[in-house]
Amino acid sequence: MATSSATERTAQVDRTVPGGRMSWRRVLGLAVLALGAVVFLFPFYYMIVGAFQREPNPGISGAFPNPANLTLANFGDINAEIDLVRTLINSGIFTGGVLLGTFAIGLLAGYALAQLEFRGRGVVFNAMLLILVLPFQLFMIPLYVVIVRTYGLADNYLGMILPFAVNATAVFIFRQFFLQLPRELFESARMDGASEFKILRSIAVPLARPSIITALVVTFIGPWNEFLWPFLITKQQDLQPLAVALANYISTVAARAANPFGSILAGAVVLAIPAVVVFVVFQRQFVESNLGSGVKG
Amino acid sequence: MAVAAPPGGRMRRLLGRDPIGYAFVAPYAIFLVALFGYPLALSVYISFFDFFFAAPGAQVARPFVGLDNFAEILGDPVFQRAILNVAEFIVINVPLTVVLSLVLAAALNARLPFRVFFRTSYYIPYVTASVAVIGVWLWFFSRGGLLNDTLGPLAPDPSWLVNEFWAMPIIALVVTWKQLGFYVLLYLAALQNIPKELYEAAEVDGAGPIRRFMAITVPGVRPATTLVVILATIIGANLFTEPYLLTGGGGPNGASMSPVLLMYREGIEQGHAGYAAAMGVILAFAVMTISAINRFVLERE
Repeated sequence: MATSSATERTAQVDRTVPGGRMSWRRVLGLAVLALGAVVFLFPFYYMIVGAFQREPNPGISGAFPNPANLTLANFGDINAEIDLVRTLINSGIFTGGVLLGTFAIGLLAGYALAQLEFRGRGVVFNAMLLILVLPFQLFMIPLYVVIVRTYGLADNYLGMILPFAVNATAVFIFRQFFLQLPRELFESARMDGASEFKILRSIAVPLARPSIITALVVTFIGPWNEFLWPFLITKQQDLQPLAVALANYISTVAARAANPFGSILAGAVVLAIPAVVVFVVFQRQFVESNLGSGVKG
Repeated sequence: MAVAAPPGGRMRRLLGRDPIGYAFVAPYAIFLVALFGYPLALSVYISFFDFFFAAPGAQVARPFVGLDNFAEILGDPVFQRAILNVAEFIVINVPLTVVLSLVLAAALNARLPFRVFFRTSYYIPYVTASVAVIGVWLWFFSRGGLLNDTLGPLAPDPSWLVNEFWAMPIIALVVTWKQLGFYVLLYLAALQNIPKELYEAAEVDGAGPIRRFMAITVPGVRPATTLVVILATIIGANLFTEPYLLTGGGGPNGASMSPVLLMYREGIEQGHAGYAAAMGVILAFAVMTISAINRFVLERE
């Protein structure tokens, strides 16, 4: 086979010309990586091209921007249907609420789980781990019953936020960070009579800034992109996050539009940009959080 | 104050060294109980009842029906079809995910130029909303879309997303594409834990690159593989957005119906919450069993 004979050949090159093998493998490695990049990025490129096309051009020539066929009208069309500003604000409130809850409640919990000793700590920690592995289907119906029927929070920001309010991955990241800090660091402050809350605020939080950024960036992606839960509990259009409003447009309205794909893609671009920008700016934090969980796994 | 308590006091023995910890962890504990513990118990409870949503305020009988919901679900051809669809998804998605993400991670691990650019580009689909990427795949796979335009007479009829044979494989491919970057990073972390000396020793013994990959890399990342297989299975069992939007609600003819979409139909649209909750219990049980088996098989070798 081609691969095995190529392997034998490189083995020979290896013996005769040192360094020749490296360049051959580097070329192959780069080719694989570049092919991957094309496959992953082309749909995004195509999304942007499609969002600016006046007449949808599904042909191969349509994959290249044609100055005569460019327009901003698709953004106006989608805005007329789903009020981009309003839905972006809704996405922002949903995401902001989750970030706030994760920061306030999750940071306290992460600190306590790592640095404080009290009976029952293990129970809370194990419950948190359980949340990370239990599939969402188990919660979909009962959460709907509880939020909509018991608490009466349908078409309500709080109802949207509550099930996501404290991101378990973020609590885990906080705990792992505080575990690395030596106890002595806090002991001396305790000797001086500082309260635990003061220790947390003036010693632990400033030290934990990198892990706080990592945890919040990881948390951001969840509610910003979430479709199923806010879709279940928001019937009123003026409360829907952009992902939900755009999905409703795709499934019901688009068929009637003159250039449905143009307006869908314009909406998709608006929905994608914040998450992609947050990711690209903070991509090191993403990678670190994943490398951390990978080592644990 | 906690620090003022005498060492070895009775409270201390009862509650632990830092009772203030209860105050710190209380909001999170309340959150876990109110939004996960209680709903979890409620889910199991209502799955044994003929529990359905009535108009607010209306008094309705919700009789205990034992295992009737479970029996009815397991005998329902639509549910069976949905389970087969998930099986088809997993058969396509899991091997493809494992192979492609390991190959890309190995290439990224080789310290080549532009690796930050490549790593970032693989991760972008993962951080983008499903709803947004489905927009572009809808266009790409549509009847008059780029793919069919390129294929010309080779295009399937009916077109991809409305074709009973192709609907599920397309969903599996789109989801593989979307999630792959996450798994690449998992494998990248695992690869960095394999000692370089192993490769050097194998090279001295005359093992070629493919031999080294199979004998060192593949066994070296096995724990990561277990995790990847389990996570990919969970994602497969949780499919909702793709069959809902990409193939127009699990179509054609239920060929891409997923269990969660079915739960939405039955539980929320039709109001049969007990029936849908039982479906959730069955699914969660199946997913956890499959995860345990995966773990056992992959880690034993």
